[in-house]
Amino acid sequence: MAFALRKSDAWLLFLAGCIILLALAANGYSAIHQKKHQQQIMNARRLVGRLGLTDLCLFTEARYTRHWSQADLHAPFQDHPLSLPHFPSESHVRPPIHLKTVSRHEVDSTAKILP
Amino acid sequence: MKWIQRQKYFLDFTLSSLLRRKGKHLSLLVVYTLIVFLLGSVMLFAGAVRKTAVDVLTDGPEMTVQRIIAGRHDFIPLQYIEPIQKIRGVRTVRPRLWGYHFHPASGANYTLMAAPDFEYGPDQVIVGAGVVRSWSGIAEDRLYLVGFDGRAHLLKIVETLDSGVDLAAADLILMSASTFRDITGVPEGYAADLAVEIRNPRECATIAEKVVRLFPETRPILKSEILRTYAAVFDWRSGYVVVLLAGSVLAFFIFAWDRAVGLSAEERGEIGVLRAVGWDVSDILILKWWEGGVVSLTAFFLGMIGAYFHVFLASAPLFAHALKGWAVLYPELHLYPDPNPYEIGALFFLTVVPFGFVTLIPAWKAAVTDPVSVMR
Repeated sequence: MAFALRKSDAWLLFLAGCIILLALAANGYSAIHQKKHQQQIMNARRLVGRLGLTDLCLFTEARYTRHWSQADLHAPFQDHPLSLPHFPSESHVRPPIHLKTVSRHEVDSTAKILP
Repeated sequence: MKWIQRQKYFLDFTLSSLLRRKGKHLSLLVVYTLIVFLLGSVMLFAGAVRKTAVDVLTDGPEMTVQRIIAGRHDFIPLQYIEPIQKIRGVRTVRPRLWGYHFHPASGANYTLMAAPDFEYGPDQVIVGAGVVRSWSGIAEDRLYLVGFDGRAHLLKIVETLDSGVDLAAADLILMSASTFRDITGVPEGYAADLAVEIRNPRECATIAEKVVRLFPETRPILKSEILRTYAAVFDWRSGYVVVLLAGSVLAFFIFAWDRAVGLSAEERGEIGVLRAVGWDVSDILILKWWEGGVVSLTAFFLGMIGAYFHVFLASAPLFAHALKGWAVLYPELHLYPDPNPYEIGALFFLTVVPFGFVTLIPAWKAAVTDPVSVMR
């Protein structure tokens, strides 16, 4: 007797397969590569600590995107007077958060701060 | 059990109905899958980069102090170290010597840095893996650099950093302080900035205020601010992501609109026949709900699986050009999955649920009309 799979069963099996594959990909991959990844992160952290690095090497085309956290609002214009932002990586990032918040460590001249 | 069997009959009927119009539904499925794939790839990629960034930068200096002269980053005198060191709560202050070097032959920018505990001699360097990949004309492990005064420097590569730390150090050329000053011309007694370690991180803001009080032309940057900056990298408000997102969402709405404005004559005829043979309006709505569910769930899972393999197994090649921009040097990304259930859930509800609803509206309109007039 030939076994005929109903269309609904076939689709439900396909869906279950997709969910299992996604779960396996997410957890299985993590489990296999976790040790190696942790090692790489630890190596990178050690290097960051030893050298005092502040930024990731994500965009090397402009100095203010290479060291993104160290840039200020004038950085794109410092190359020459009409140096408008023109590097593609500038469209991936926003100005560092501390430039847009109040935490610019401005000093209240009336306050007395102990040394 | 009876309810499940009933739903399975609906599902059988739905699948047969979808397969009768293979061409139309397959094209729909492909477009839908591509939209989910694109949005899913951006989401997974951004999440993984954000997580890695925060993990890697955790050990960076608590505070960096820059000197700003006429709105520009200037070299900071080493005499500033002692007064900052005396501020209560400061553990150490160390000068950082770093700068950039553009190499015309390879067209790449490199970061030159004096390593604080550099164990090799003058004119010897440790380089990031990206330097070896991109520097044209590396001969016998030597780099030729033209210094600030036009003099040529021949630097011997004594060590190459593992590509596993590329995300932090792909473009680094590490050397001794004397070699750095010799090449860049940064005078003795000055550094690029100061790295400050603080005993209690909660005192950072107060210490930053004291630093600005002592030296008003300086700008302290806190690690917490750096981490927050990187925690927002590639968030949905970043320019390129907005463009991707807007394009995808627009495509999705055009596509959902096409479904919502009406059914084809064949589909209306099918609903009319079903009504004529005794199906209820609610049965037709369940059928159409399943139709939307089959298409959207299939597209969602196929798109997400594709996105996962694209980002984590293939290292996101579709984004590489966009991320590289004009840069020659690009790190080898070894991303590690950090799936965020909230984001996956949001993507699911943004793509699957609206599509399910828009398939119901025209079906309901056709189902409540007189079957004879629908079939005509």
